[in-house]
Amino acid sequence: MSVVALKPGYKGEVLDRVENFHGNQLVYLHWEDHLSFCAALAFPLPPDMPFGAILKDVLPPFYGMHPDWLKIDWSSVRWTLDGKPFTPDPGRALRDQDIRHKSLLRFWTPGLKGPRDSCS
Amino acid sequence: MPATKKLGLKQKYALMTRGLDWETTYQPMEKVFPYDQFEGIKVKNWDAWEDPFRLTMDAYWKIQAEKERKLYAVIDSISQNNAQLGITDARYINAVKIFIQGVTPLEYQAHRHFAHVARHLRGVGPRIAAQMQSLDELRHAQTQIHTISHYNKFFDGMHDWQHMHDRVWYLSVPKSFFDDAVTAGPFEFLTAISFSFEYVLTNLLFVPFMSGAAYNGDLATVTFGFSAQSDESRHMTLGLEVVKFILEQDEANLPIVQRWIDKWFWRGYRLLSLVGMMMDYMLPKKVMSWAEAWEMYYEEQGGALFADLGRYGIRPPKHEDVARKEKDRISHEVWAIFYNYTHAAAFHTWDIDDEHMRWLSEKYPKTFDQLYRPRLLMWRDMARAGKRFYNNALPQLCNLCQIPMAFTEPDDPTTICFRSSELGGDRYHFCSDGCKEIFDQEPEKFVQSWLPVHQIFQGNCGGASVEDVLKWYHLNLGADNLDYAGSPEQKMWDQWMAGRHVAQAAE
Ligand SMILES: [Fe+2]
Ligand SMILES: [Fe+2]
Ligand SMILES: [Zn+2]
Repeated sequence: MSVVALKPGYKGEVLDRVENFHGNQLVYLHWEDHLSFCAALAFPLPPDMPFGAILKDVLPPFYGMHPDWLKIDWSSVRWTLDGKPFTPDPGRALRDQDIRHKSLLRFWTPGLKGPRDSCS
Repeated sequence: MPATKKLGLKQKYALMTRGLDWETTYQPMEKVFPYDQFEGIKVKNWDAWEDPFRLTMDAYWKIQAEKERKLYAVIDSISQNNAQLGITDARYINAVKIFIQGVTPLEYQAHRHFAHVARHLRGVGPRIAAQMQSLDELRHAQTQIHTISHYNKFFDGMHDWQHMHDRVWYLSVPKSFFDDAVTAGPFEFLTAISFSFEYVLTNLLFVPFMSGAAYNGDLATVTFGFSAQSDESRHMTLGLEVVKFILEQDEANLPIVQRWIDKWFWRGYRLLSLVGMMMDYMLPKKVMSWAEAWEMYYEEQGGALFADLGRYGIRPPKHEDVARKEKDRISHEVWAIFYNYTHAAAFHTWDIDDEHMRWLSEKYPKTFDQLYRPRLLMWRDMARAGKRFYNNALPQLCNLCQIPMAFTEPDDPTTICFRSSELGGDRYHFCSDGCKEIFDQEPEKFVQSWLPVHQIFQGNCGGASVEDVLKWYHLNLGADNLDYAGSPEQKMWDQWMAGRHVAQAAE
């Protein structure tokens, strides 16, 4: 790693290493085409949590207020994990499908683009 | 001593500064001046730095004292005449809150660090200039605190701005910006603050705030702004001088300076997106749109500056094309952040009325009606139905600028721009190529970013609930935060205005 520093060999402390999150890991989730939620959401989640719990328990309290949320056809949703196409397995744990600390999951819900297709 | 009276300004300055750059003998120069070489900047001749102002200390005190006298006379009359009643609308004060929470602490930081630079550069010219700027910046912080304290008697969110600056999530944006600058070497600091910020971008901070104040009846802010103006022209000159001086000293300095200009243009521009939001959404009486300000103060004026610097081999900052592409959207994207999270902020946001939307539509014909009007209308409808839209999850932040990741792809305003780097088995996320490249240059520095969202999850911010965190921020819950509609401030303002109408009717 590099840095311009007065002291040779200067090392910075990694503030967000996974050990600092009390057994959780960070996961970012982003519902595409719905920017009334201004940014992706950040969650500290247990790595052995099954993926299905994200859809059932984690997201609904936050995204549920959007009129599109209940219209989602989950079988047609397209996912990416850290930039690559991804097919989640609801029964398996996050860590078992390569969802790592600070991974980003984005999902597209076909046909749904918020009011007047404004991607809100 | 009558003889001194006959000295010209140049001679007088030479005498005042004579010998300040003596060669040390008890200790080697490298030990006395440890900071001015590790950045790789080569200086052959410090004397080539000519101070164009040649302001001597006695003249400096005289000028500043005169300005102080005027300023404090105005401050007295502001409080005697209840100037808080003269503003256009209580919503306006939220711009002042952002200023005292976000900008004033930076003035104080500037004071401290210019003192450091004044001590640690070897040349007389830059030391004197930095010493005076250090005093200026302290005065700026003080005058802002004194003028804005008048509003603090009536309005919320301004009671503990210093404490908030160190803790509140959105204030980590200006704080980390300046922390980055003061932890760099002196030449990078001067290129960052004096050149990139004060010379290139300052008009985009001060013109919006000062004109916004003038348009909206805020005498207090106009007054401290006016009192700082003559200082700022000195600061801007220092900024341009430092860059030219470094470039003239050695060819090898060019790539280093160019990298700093690229970095600090981008950092400054990202910071200013908060000002853009303020201009387009928070001023009851608008000055100009962010897009117009960007065109006038950056694209035109900055264009001329970088054309001029071309003779040193400097090219315009990298990613200025991205800023140009983003100008029709960043203010809307940043407003969305604060509308989402105003329950956790020490200022208010609100729903946008039809007249304001007409203005936005006129200023942003390419984007507003298609992308942002439907969003604002949806939020407004929800609020009217008693379900005001608050985002109750925490946002992903850019690891570099620390703004929530709300900015969209340069060529697609409907898709968030996600960038990332992997390092030492960890992943780092960025809002833009600009932020990513700054990280990639010096990861050892930015792996240390104190990202408010992550700090909350690590349990370092007062507790696990939103309420715990807001208390740790020293927010007065229910007064400082939440929508303007229904706030104690709105109630107070409406009462004032009702009183005024009664008084007018009685006349
Ligand atoms: Fe200042
Ligand atoms: Fe300044
Ligand atoms: Zn960023």
